[in-house]
Amino acid sequence: MHDDLLVVEDLSVRIDTSRGPLDAVQGVNLRIPRGGSLGLVGESGSGKSVTAMSITRLLPRRSVHVTSGRILLEGRDLTSLSERQLRGVRGGQVATIFQEPMTALNPVFTIGNQMAEPLRRHMRLGRRAARDRSRELLDMVGIRQSARMLDSYPHQLSGGMRQRAMIAMAMSCEPALLIADEPTTALDVTTQLQILDLILDLQAEHGTSVLLITHDLGVVAQTCDDVAVMYGGTIQETAAVQDLFDRPQAEYTKRLLSFMPEGRSRVADALDLDDSAAPAETPEPKESQPSPEDAPPLLEVRDLVKTFPGQRIGGRRSEPVQAVRGVSFAVPRGTTVAIVGESGSGKSTTGRALLRLHEPTSGAVRFDGQDLLSLDEARMRQMRARMQIVFQDTYASLDPRWLIGRTLAEPLRLHTDMTSVQIEERIAEVLTLVGLEPDHADRFPHEFSGGQRQRIGIARALMLDPDLVVCDEPVSALDVSVQAQVLELMKDLQERLGLTYVFISHDLSVVEMMADHVVVMSHGQVVEQGNTTEIFTRARHPYTRALLAAVPVTDPAQRHNRSQRREIVERGIAAAG
Amino acid sequence: MPEPTTLARTRPTTAWRLLLRNRIAVVGLVFVALWTLGALVVPLSPYGAAETGAGPLLSPPGADHLFGTDNFGRDILTRVLAGGRVSLWTGLLAVGISLVIGVPLGGLAGFLGGRFGNVVMRVMDVLLAFPPLVLAMAIAASLGAGMTSAMVAVGIVGIPEFARIMYSQTVSLRERDFVDAGHAIGLPRMTIFARHVVPNAFAPILVRATLGMGYAILTAASLSFIGLGAQPPLAEWGVMISDGRGYIISGEWWMTTFPGIAIATSILGFNLLGDGLRDVLDPRLRTSR
Repeated sequence: MHDDLLVVEDLSVRIDTSRGPLDAVQGVNLRIPRGGSLGLVGESGSGKSVTAMSITRLLPRRSVHVTSGRILLEGRDLTSLSERQLRGVRGGQVATIFQEPMTALNPVFTIGNQMAEPLRRHMRLGRRAARDRSRELLDMVGIRQSARMLDSYPHQLSGGMRQRAMIAMAMSCEPALLIADEPTTALDVTTQLQILDLILDLQAEHGTSVLLITHDLGVVAQTCDDVAVMYGGTIQETAAVQDLFDRPQAEYTKRLLSFMPEGRSRVADALDLDDSAAPAETPEPKESQPSPEDAPPLLEVRDLVKTFPGQRIGGRRSEPVQAVRGVSFAVPRGTTVAIVGESGSGKSTTGRALLRLHEPTSGAVRFDGQDLLSLDEARMRQMRARMQIVFQDTYASLDPRWLIGRTLAEPLRLHTDMTSVQIEERIAEVLTLVGLEPDHADRFPHEFSGGQRQRIGIARALMLDPDLVVCDEPVSALDVSVQAQVLELMKDLQERLGLTYVFISHDLSVVEMMADHVVVMSHGQVVEQGNTTEIFTRARHPYTRALLAAVPVTDPAQRHNRSQRREIVERGIAAAG
Repeated sequence: MPEPTTLARTRPTTAWRLLLRNRIAVVGLVFVALWTLGALVVPLSPYGAAETGAGPLLSPPGADHLFGTDNFGRDILTRVLAGGRVSLWTGLLAVGISLVIGVPLGGLAGFLGGRFGNVVMRVMDVLLAFPPLVLAMAIAASLGAGMTSAMVAVGIVGIPEFARIMYSQTVSLRERDFVDAGHAIGLPRMTIFARHVVPNAFAPILVRATLGMGYAILTAASLSFIGLGAQPPLAEWGVMISDGRGYIISGEWWMTTFPGIAIATSILGFNLLGDGLRDVLDPRLRTSR
């Protein structure tokens, strides 16, 4: 095959860790045709990033060793090149973009400065010419005000803009291969769709080959020609994208596909409904309350406002930040209400404000008929036994110096007068309830995997038998296979214990699986709310439709409607702005 | 799919073992251990630390007096070891003073924030604006000459450093989810501070305290050298160097050299140990090796 741009043969990589050598990559074979794209998919720890970073040797040389194999780029073996020769390859023939563009950009230089550097060095352009070329590149990646952009510092740009700038820099020397390591993982879905589109466009226009590393099968389905699935340092399966989704061969691939929330395909169906079928005018945010039928709701939030005071810079305060601007919704007992939105929408602040973890600026929160905001500190502390929270970051939410048993015992010691024996029994009971072993109480948080830690976080929330649990992105930090298990557990617990959830998430497919009622937020306000089926099949607000359209569909056959989806997204963003 | 579990390990033993595997830390530990041991064996010396005429005046290092004798015929080896005892105590107590005052001040300033935090930290900034030795001299002089006032002066000068470290630790810990989790189960604020915030700030404080030992020893010796700390005939490194000053030109180098080496190696020891501790306790700051 002379057409292959990149061939990786039998690559093995060993990493020296403090606990001894680790064979992170074992006998990996990959090939990317000229102008083609390969998706490298795997969960955390699968070795996918190590494989990709080994190509241009971007890993610390002292602790990471290529123990066998060849990496042929246009027939030249990269493993045999000296560090100096490799520098010519990096940024020249091969360009890399990373997950977090903020850390990959130097904060003290303007975008223009940073873009000019490779142009002047590799392409030997003058100052003027480098600036002109930079503007062209920014135009190419869809940045409209390219002149202003050049004079901006990284922190002045949004995440999506930064990633575009990174891509522009990566493309500046017209690389033959673009390595994208989780390029959209840190971005909102609507931005993700636009960035993936951009990568596809560049591939088509410039014939650049793409190696896309991701944990998200939906992203692969939407962008790549071929897919390699990695697990435990080895390739489980390599196939054309359609084949992989239609006829997965490896056991692991099948399992991975089965973990994809079924919502994903239905999200796609919802999209199929022609855009013209939706009401043309922007509907007013619906204020109607769900199921007003029988019992009063367990939780009722009315006109909730949370304003953070501005940063004090010198003697003057900057503008206050209005994180939540008048949010109202109700949560009937025993149901799940999801709050959906992108970063900065105010969804997490809403969750914390209704628990008074952030003191609300104004509004009303009624919990089981009680006005929470009028309670004094002591009464509120008592009330907290009935309303709990599960956090996103499983590591940060557990005191790293405390044994799990001590953490779990803390609420009991505070709110009950149980004896030590009773406390121990209760801990064992709850640990079993969340699918762990009673003797896990004698371990530290770092001894668990992310999924297990989230089970512990749930256990802590359940210790006092609460009525309401606010779940703040409870599965966003977990691998898909683990996500499925934790969500399953949460549903099961809801049924058995009659829990009421406020489920905060950015992930629509997860929301569809969990929620009875959905509240869509943008810029601190509710743009639309309704029961789940309604929202997913007959979303009315353009922003809700944009969110739905942006979810990466796990069906490669759905690719044809790309431009249609992009349109819906752009319209939605404009409407929400 | 079974989830991979990270290897089980318990904290204290690992930290200790990692420390012993760190070559720099071990060198530091050896120096510190040697001076501690030296301080303990002073009574075994055939000579007293303040015993004049223990040997001939100003005899150079030799078999009877390994480090020689001074202008009063006192045995310098005995005096250096005894000086170590004084310096280690001074360092420990001075750092103790800085810790006991600086850590709660900085911690509460960070945790409570607001006007209180602002006032506390601005006072610390004022203290930091003085050159440390000059401030120590001023405090020691106002307390009257003597080892105790030198110690208190060094302790006070060290407060803002600990307050600042504790402040920054607390400000970041305050935003961590496990602190919110404490609020969520209804723990009172002060309980959260004492149980969840302070213990988690322990590592950088320990590192700073170790480095602070070396600094305290140096400053205390400097104060003694200029006559504001220990007074003759007490065997103290700064005093010994001060005593030997007049004999450098006439060739009796051993009177100043040995206490000088003592100061240098003890400070080096604490600094290396502190750096090693930092590597072990906070892998993110690990210097590339």
